[in-house]
Amino acid sequence: MIFLVLLRRLAEMVFVLFSISVLVFLIFFATPGADPAARIAGRGASPATLAAVRHAFGLDQPLPVQYGLMMKHLFITQDLTSFVNPGQLVIPAVLQAVPVTLSLVFGAAVIWLIFAVAIGVTAAALRGSVIDRSLMFLAMAGVSMPVFWLGEVANLITQARFHNTVLFSWVPALGYVPLTQNPLLWFKSLVIPWTVLAVTYIGLYSRVLRANLVEALTEDYIRTARAKGLSERQVIFRHALRMSLITLVSMFGLDFGALVGGGALLIEVVCALPGVGMLTYQALQNLDLPFIMATVMYGAIFIVAANTVVDMLYLLIDPRARGAR
Amino acid sequence: MTAPILIAENLSKTFHAGRRFGPGGRQNIQALSNVSLKVYPGETLGLVGESGCGKSTLGRTLLKLYTPDAGKIIFQGQDITRMSERALRPLRANMQMVFQDPSASLNPRRRVGDLIAEPLRVHNYGAREKIQARLEELMHLVGLAPEHLSRFPHEFSGGQRQRIGLARAIALNPSLIIADEPVSALDVSIQAQIVNLMADLQEQLDLTYIFIAHDLAVIRQAAERVAVMYLGVIVEIGDTDTVMLTPAHHYTAALISAVPEPNPAARRARTILQGEPPSPANPPPGCRFHTRCPAAQGRCKTERPELRPYGENREVACHFPL
Amino acid sequence: MLLDVQNLSISFRTPRGLLPVVEDVSFQLAESEILAIVGESGSGKSLTALSIMRLITDPNAIITGKILFKGEDILTLKEPAMRRLRGGAMAMIFQDPMTALTPVYTIGAQIVEQIRIHTKLPTWQARLRAESLLAAMGIADAQQISRRFPHQLSGGMRQRVMIAMALSCSPALLIADEPTTALDVTVQAQILELLLKLRKEFNSSILLITHDMGIVAQTADRVAVMYAGRIAESGATGDIFAHPMHPYTAGLLAAIPQLHGPRINAFSAIPGAPPAPHEKPAGCAFAPRCAYRIAVCAERPPLLHGPFRQVACFRAGEVA
Repeated sequence: MIFLVLLRRLAEMVFVLFSISVLVFLIFFATPGADPAARIAGRGASPATLAAVRHAFGLDQPLPVQYGLMMKHLFITQDLTSFVNPGQLVIPAVLQAVPVTLSLVFGAAVIWLIFAVAIGVTAAALRGSVIDRSLMFLAMAGVSMPVFWLGEVANLITQARFHNTVLFSWVPALGYVPLTQNPLLWFKSLVIPWTVLAVTYIGLYSRVLRANLVEALTEDYIRTARAKGLSERQVIFRHALRMSLITLVSMFGLDFGALVGGGALLIEVVCALPGVGMLTYQALQNLDLPFIMATVMYGAIFIVAANTVVDMLYLLIDPRARGAR
Repeated sequence: MTAPILIAENLSKTFHAGRRFGPGGRQNIQALSNVSLKVYPGETLGLVGESGCGKSTLGRTLLKLYTPDAGKIIFQGQDITRMSERALRPLRANMQMVFQDPSASLNPRRRVGDLIAEPLRVHNYGAREKIQARLEELMHLVGLAPEHLSRFPHEFSGGQRQRIGLARAIALNPSLIIADEPVSALDVSIQAQIVNLMADLQEQLDLTYIFIAHDLAVIRQAAERVAVMYLGVIVEIGDTDTVMLTPAHHYTAALISAVPEPNPAARRARTILQGEPPSPANPPPGCRFHTRCPAAQGRCKTERPELRPYGENREVACHFPL
Repeated sequence: MLLDVQNLSISFRTPRGLLPVVEDVSFQLAESEILAIVGESGSGKSLTALSIMRLITDPNAIITGKILFKGEDILTLKEPAMRRLRGGAMAMIFQDPMTALTPVYTIGAQIVEQIRIHTKLPTWQARLRAESLLAAMGIADAQQISRRFPHQLSGGMRQRVMIAMALSCSPALLIADEPTTALDVTVQAQILELLLKLRKEFNSSILLITHDMGIVAQTADRVAVMYAGRIAESGATGDIFAHPMHPYTAGLLAAIPQLHGPRINAFSAIPGAPPAPHEKPAGCAFAPRCAYRIAVCAERPPLLHGPFRQVACFRAGEVA
């Protein structure tokens, strides 16, 4: 059965990749006025140069052939090169950026899960109280702050204004240090981006979790749990939270997938982290089609993969999803 | 005997649940299997059985709210089985449905007057004044006051809401009403009011009822004839008193015996059926009741008993009737 | 006396003022007795049951009166002491077995959880006990079933599991709130039979909450009939059914459709409907629907009186 689910997901992934790639390709090639050859040849190139470039890059061939060629270079020979910086291979560049994004998103996810569960459970347990209302207000504020703005503010404080105070003197300059090179510096350089990225999600997740818990606490099985003689803490943690996790896990899987797939673009740009988002950002600025294509493909793969993992987790944490008997 | 108003011949209906490649796979739930019955004008036919026996599906299929997979439905002499919805529309005025939960079947944001007038408008009953006069007449018929027309459904008690449901059902002067558990959601003291009201309306308006319920005692009060269903088939059909006092099918007998009698002096050892009905997705072969039947024999496991006449005005589907 | 409820009242603070839902309810339950509280929806019977377990969690509820369990007023108990009682000496089963079990844990784990709260048994022994309890509920394959999840069982099976769980710590008092209402009639009969058998085996008293007079007649030793938050009448089951003394009880009994015996032609109904808590009249709540109503009925509610047979009606002697 698991095999069937995987097979279905695989088919889905192929379909998604195909559709997205065609869409991206058409946007850049079939849009009137967007001539990739002019971009590659540079400003003011002579018609002869343009023609040469067109021929060299295969841009004089029919669109389906061009599409096929690009896919071949991307997936089969894996030697697709940039249009903007001739000779720069696309795939190694993406592979180099992946660990940065993964480091960023993993760390942020740990922070947001811990805080969101703590805040959500506290608010639900004290529902209706002043503490509940203030926590939920803070959560709302967290959701409302755009990540790029918060990132800029954090940079302003930790890199400039208060960098020389005791509080922030440990913060290294913007940028990324690989974990394998210097674990301590890796950690230090990521703490601020992690926190900034986590804030929105803490707000979102704690609100969702609280709402879920409060709803769960009115369920019949909670009354049964209380009737068994469980304490309120046991009722919340063993029964209500366990049930709410089902929603939370599916949410988390999708958000995590989206972030790793390129959704962390804003924070990567603001904190100068050379991750996949940054790569996408630069490629978009230069309209560098091979890079755009590669990062979009990578993102799609990741999001479908994350969906698959969520499906599997679902089977693990919700016995009802396993089918009858 | 007069001609039946409604004839069902060998109706079958299967529902599909689940996805073929999803967890648990695809399931075929056989809700009705070869069900035949006749309903005569002016009578009340009870349909009784436990949850999942197909009684509600049968009610809805008879009104063509579901299309049967096989079989025929003949209403007032016309075969409506394959009739298009457009061709069916004039007949729809003649057959109405009343549901269990009046609050769920009445749009909470509309006034009672609008709710009852809706079928009248759909079927072009007449001008505004004519509709208004009809509404007041209907309210009177179901024991409500004309001023109730401007209120919202939530302002009524459960019993009153069921009266509204009845008013809407009789608005177009139908000849057949299928009532699906019309009193199950109501308290005992209110149940009797609604059952009595339905009997009054039947007399005044020449109605024919199919009364679906899981409560045997309510059926006994409300219906002259009863069909007992089990796992998508009719196991016994006949005059209510005959069936209830001298059941012929072992399932009917067990069902009656299981009802706790509201008389402490009559505490008695009851024959209690073991187990629960098998899943309609996987009904047993042969007689569908053989897995729980105290009198089951070899033949019951392989050969499906058909409904056969048994005494006067009664049919039973059992190889070894009581 | 195992349970002695004295002048229990439950009301809720609402924007419109205090809403009295249960008023001045008193009843006793002796050891290994079955007392049925019978009433229609909104009569306050379920709330009464929940208050005995102190499971009313609404912070706007105000509960007054005394609930003496083995002589101790549980309304004044501290929460930890109450928790030891709950699921231990007093246990409860609920109406809808489909939703009363946590979907993500196995049946066995949920029973073991309760045993482990109230005893010092190690997990493996608790598991054995859970299995033997399931077997005592007439579940054939107890070991197998204990590894299943709730959604894999039928309603009747789940109610058996609920009963096994409730009885796991041999409670002196079992509160059963409409235990068979959600079940089909043949399964209902099985569960009632089981409760009667277990009462003998476990020597528990049962407080049975129901709306079904048939169930009362077949199972209860004594009955308390509730109407609009008050007890209308209470007494031995046989007496109440044979000679109802409150007009409401009489009306209710006459309104039950009869399956056995001769069929009655017009089936007698009580006119009107029970009042909602916020529109209860000042006097007897049943007066507006009552054929025996006199002037005094509208002035003040009649008090429950009498030693064995208690009736709250000014004209109790005249109803028959």
